[in-house]
Amino acid sequence: MEYFLSEQQREIKSLARRIAEERILPVRAELDENEEFPWAITKDMADSDMFRVFIPEEYEGLGGGCLELCLVMEELSRVCSGVALGYAATALGSYSLVEYGTEEQKKKYLPLIASGEKLTAFALTESTAGSDATNIKTTAVPEDGNYIINGTKQFITNGGDAELYTVVALTNPEKGIRGASTFLVEKDTPGFSFGKKEKKMGVRASSTRELVFRNCSVPRENMIGREGMGFPIVMRLLDRSRPGVGAQSVGIAQGALEAAVDYARERVQFEHPIIALQAVQQMLADMAIGVEAARLLVYGVARTIDSGAKSYTEESAMAKVFASDMAMRVTTDAVQVMGGAGYMRDYPVEKMMRDAKITQIYEGSNQTLRTAIAFELRKRKGRRE
Amino acid sequence: MGLLIDLDKCIGCGQCIEFCPFGALEMVGGKVEVREGCTLCGACLDSCAYEALIIEELEATPAADESYRGVWVFAETKDGEFSRVAYELLSEGRKLADARQSELGAVCLGHDIGAVDSLIAGGADRVCVVDSPALADFPEDLCARKLAEVILEYKPEIVLAGATALGRSFIPRVAAILGTGLTADCTGLEIDPETGLLMQTRPTFGGNLMATIICPGKRPQMSTVRPRVFKPDAPDQTRKGGVIRLDFNSEGVTSRTKLLSFVEDLAETVKLEDADVIVAGGRGLEKPENFAMLEELAGALGAAVGSSRPPVDEGWVPYPRQVGQTGKTVCPKLYIACGISGAVQHLAGMQTADVIVAINDDPAAPIFEVATYGIIGDLFKVVPMLIDRLKNG
Amino acid sequence: MNIAVCLKQVPGTTKVEIDPQTNTLVRQGIENIVNPFDTYALEEGVRLRERYGGKVTAISMGPPQAEAILRDALATGADEAVLLSDAAFAGADTWATAYTLSRAVDKLGPCDIVICGRQTIDGDTGQVGPELAEILGFTFVSYVSQVEEIDGEHMRLKRLMGERYEILEALLPAVITVVKEINTPRLPSLRGMAKAKSATIPVWGAEELEVDGNKIGLTGSATRVIKVFFPQRTQRAEILEGELPGQVDYLIDRLREANLI
Repeated sequence: MEYFLSEQQREIKSLARRIAEERILPVRAELDENEEFPWAITKDMADSDMFRVFIPEEYEGLGGGCLELCLVMEELSRVCSGVALGYAATALGSYSLVEYGTEEQKKKYLPLIASGEKLTAFALTESTAGSDATNIKTTAVPEDGNYIINGTKQFITNGGDAELYTVVALTNPEKGIRGASTFLVEKDTPGFSFGKKEKKMGVRASSTRELVFRNCSVPRENMIGREGMGFPIVMRLLDRSRPGVGAQSVGIAQGALEAAVDYARERVQFEHPIIALQAVQQMLADMAIGVEAARLLVYGVARTIDSGAKSYTEESAMAKVFASDMAMRVTTDAVQVMGGAGYMRDYPVEKMMRDAKITQIYEGSNQTLRTAIAFELRKRKGRRE
Repeated sequence: MGLLIDLDKCIGCGQCIEFCPFGALEMVGGKVEVREGCTLCGACLDSCAYEALIIEELEATPAADESYRGVWVFAETKDGEFSRVAYELLSEGRKLADARQSELGAVCLGHDIGAVDSLIAGGADRVCVVDSPALADFPEDLCARKLAEVILEYKPEIVLAGATALGRSFIPRVAAILGTGLTADCTGLEIDPETGLLMQTRPTFGGNLMATIICPGKRPQMSTVRPRVFKPDAPDQTRKGGVIRLDFNSEGVTSRTKLLSFVEDLAETVKLEDADVIVAGGRGLEKPENFAMLEELAGALGAAVGSSRPPVDEGWVPYPRQVGQTGKTVCPKLYIACGISGAVQHLAGMQTADVIVAINDDPAAPIFEVATYGIIGDLFKVVPMLIDRLKNG
Repeated sequence: MNIAVCLKQVPGTTKVEIDPQTNTLVRQGIENIVNPFDTYALEEGVRLRERYGGKVTAISMGPPQAEAILRDALATGADEAVLLSDAAFAGADTWATAYTLSRAVDKLGPCDIVICGRQTIDGDTGQVGPELAEILGFTFVSYVSQVEEIDGEHMRLKRLMGERYEILEALLPAVITVVKEINTPRLPSLRGMAKAKSATIPVWGAEELEVDGNKIGLTGSATRVIKVFFPQRTQRAEILEGELPGQVDYLIDRLREANLI
């Protein structure tokens, strides 16, 4: 299949693949087993300029777009989506700075993110606000030129390991979500601490923690965008990053498909490799179709975003929903094709299946996204293209 | 100059294309053409049934200086004793000297060199000894210069040295000073009865391709020889020979390197390169602790313990134990490979062992292609059984 | 510091096999790669530059396609690269190769260290490094596993000599060959790849290097390959059969018979 990638995109993709195969593959089982944060690999990625991909050129980045980020996510996820997730979370965390930051904020933080020196995290979710993202309770009350943050964020990727956090809090609680703003909070700010590290089903190489804010004071300069702009920023940010989740799903599924095919070619039962059996062939064919279809949808949406499209909520949601549901199916089928071996931790597919599940849940559960898509369909009724 | 295709003789059969290890031959319009990438290795020449391939040279090589006579062996010393390879080379050197009807000599450099008589018992007709405190640590630059000087004085036609770590490091310098050819890591040496030249055969491509090399125009013809390929003759204590002690003038001469200290792996009882028997482990051992089992087997056999690359990369075993293309090349009498798949890179380091035993639970493992005996089984069962049988009879 | 690193392009696999039926080479799409030991050499050069400042120049002698490994070297930290290529260089043995490389090192200007890999995976000789050092008149240290310190004209090194590690002090300028243990080579960076793409890699031939025609290529080679052949594998593995204890007994008996144990 011809994807019409530019030369630079091809280079980014092939370097990401090399990193995945040479640095991540040898340790992925261990990282998963021990739930370790991949610091050494993070450094390798930083040295190879991977964090520069999503930072603009003016701030020591390479000025890549959505598609470039998706290519990296896909290649890393093909080997270990836990490691890929840590990288994606930094991209997500830096997005609001890139799009809405002041010149001072961008100059101060973006080069450090580009060099991989400081990892980032994005904090929206709370115990009361998962799918109902508008139901956040964390406040950021203005006081003497600062903002005092109180509240707890839940399930934050890179929590505790990142240096920089973009946090959404209510600056004007009476207005509800319309009174939300986004802040840049640095680790080690007094009043900012972390809960315990969560024990997860999958993507165990990424770290997930609660962020606890108790009278945490941040200066006015740390607000990103205008006061009250929190929600639109978040919505935009998530639309922009969903294809990345789609790419993560495509990568996971691609890895699972390859493992299943390789196994089916070697495993002999009833005197033939099982890939000669129709039952297996049908499954593998459907898996392959799913991966390819999801890839093209993700690339197509990424290109749409990069072309400067004004709104892409619906398309972005579609890419994420389709790819993540596909990945769950494909990884489950990969375990099935590999049978008993697939169930064993000695083989990589059970991890891929455990990893795939979260892609259907985070960045907007697939149920809320379907609702959003349907909403767009309703809005469009009667309007002509 | 270079590889030429005689277009009249070439019928475009394409046989030669398959023989080129560098993919430098291509069929163009029904005839073969030489592409960039040809290294003049000569692999294609024999493949052509029509003699259409020729390597042409600009000028005929000038004849070698006939005044060079005799076969010399560089006798490497270690801890005051001569390395085993010195005796291996004397035995082989004897055959070559006899074929050339000339003398066999040995040369050694260092300090407090003893037992020079053993070299004579090993076959040398005479021994040149350069013994000086300045050479105690074997400063390679000074020794290379001195050895070259001695060779220029005594003019042996052939000089052999062991392809040990030292040999491969310091003999090329001697060859460079003398402006002569050196062939590394030879596994075969013969005198061509027609030309009288030394034919030096050595492995290339990790041992997958053999090359025979000559040094027609320059003297001496120099080779480093892979240790343990040739067997030393039994020493003949009745042999007589001359010993020449040469001075080393260290005035105004300092080495550009200085040995400050060294560290030996004291845990190693038998060194890999000297071992008759090696027990080696690979990824199949699964955990660093499992190497203890191999140490036990090695103890029961008086063997050295080696490793393929993965355990070294994982940090289970130190790098000096690695056998293979990026590690050491060994040639023991017996090599027992446990849980080693037999990747090409590992085979390059051990496939010339006399007898190879492979223990692996994967019947398709490439190690079985070079093994003499293969046990397809769980090494965690087989190795303890071996240890038990060896210890308890 | 001026650092030169020598790289060679070699076939991607040493598994040159012969097809027993057709008696021809089985070439499964052999692609060319950089000699693995040379990647350690390049990495060490880049690390030395990061520690002590200066410039790393990658040099390769080879056919025009060898340019690819030099571009990769630029993407992986080398500052500059130069290709030594000329039909007259073909057929060079290790000495003629070392001579040609020495001409390039001279042409580059004052050089502090030349770094080479321990050996190539096709030639396997390990001779070019020491011969290059002799021709240049530089200090030579082989099998370097760590460059501990460089202080003015002195360098302190750790090297693996067979079974023991030695700490040596060496005078600059020097040629060193490195072993795998010395470092873990980095991957290229995206900015490095962009730079490499647009970089100019000069090609120096016999004329630019002002070589003595009698010292290069086949003419300059004292050694000649007269025959190339595949080793006869006489060994056919005897795969033991039966119950494991029986196999173990059988093996030990055979090995005892052969006086191996």
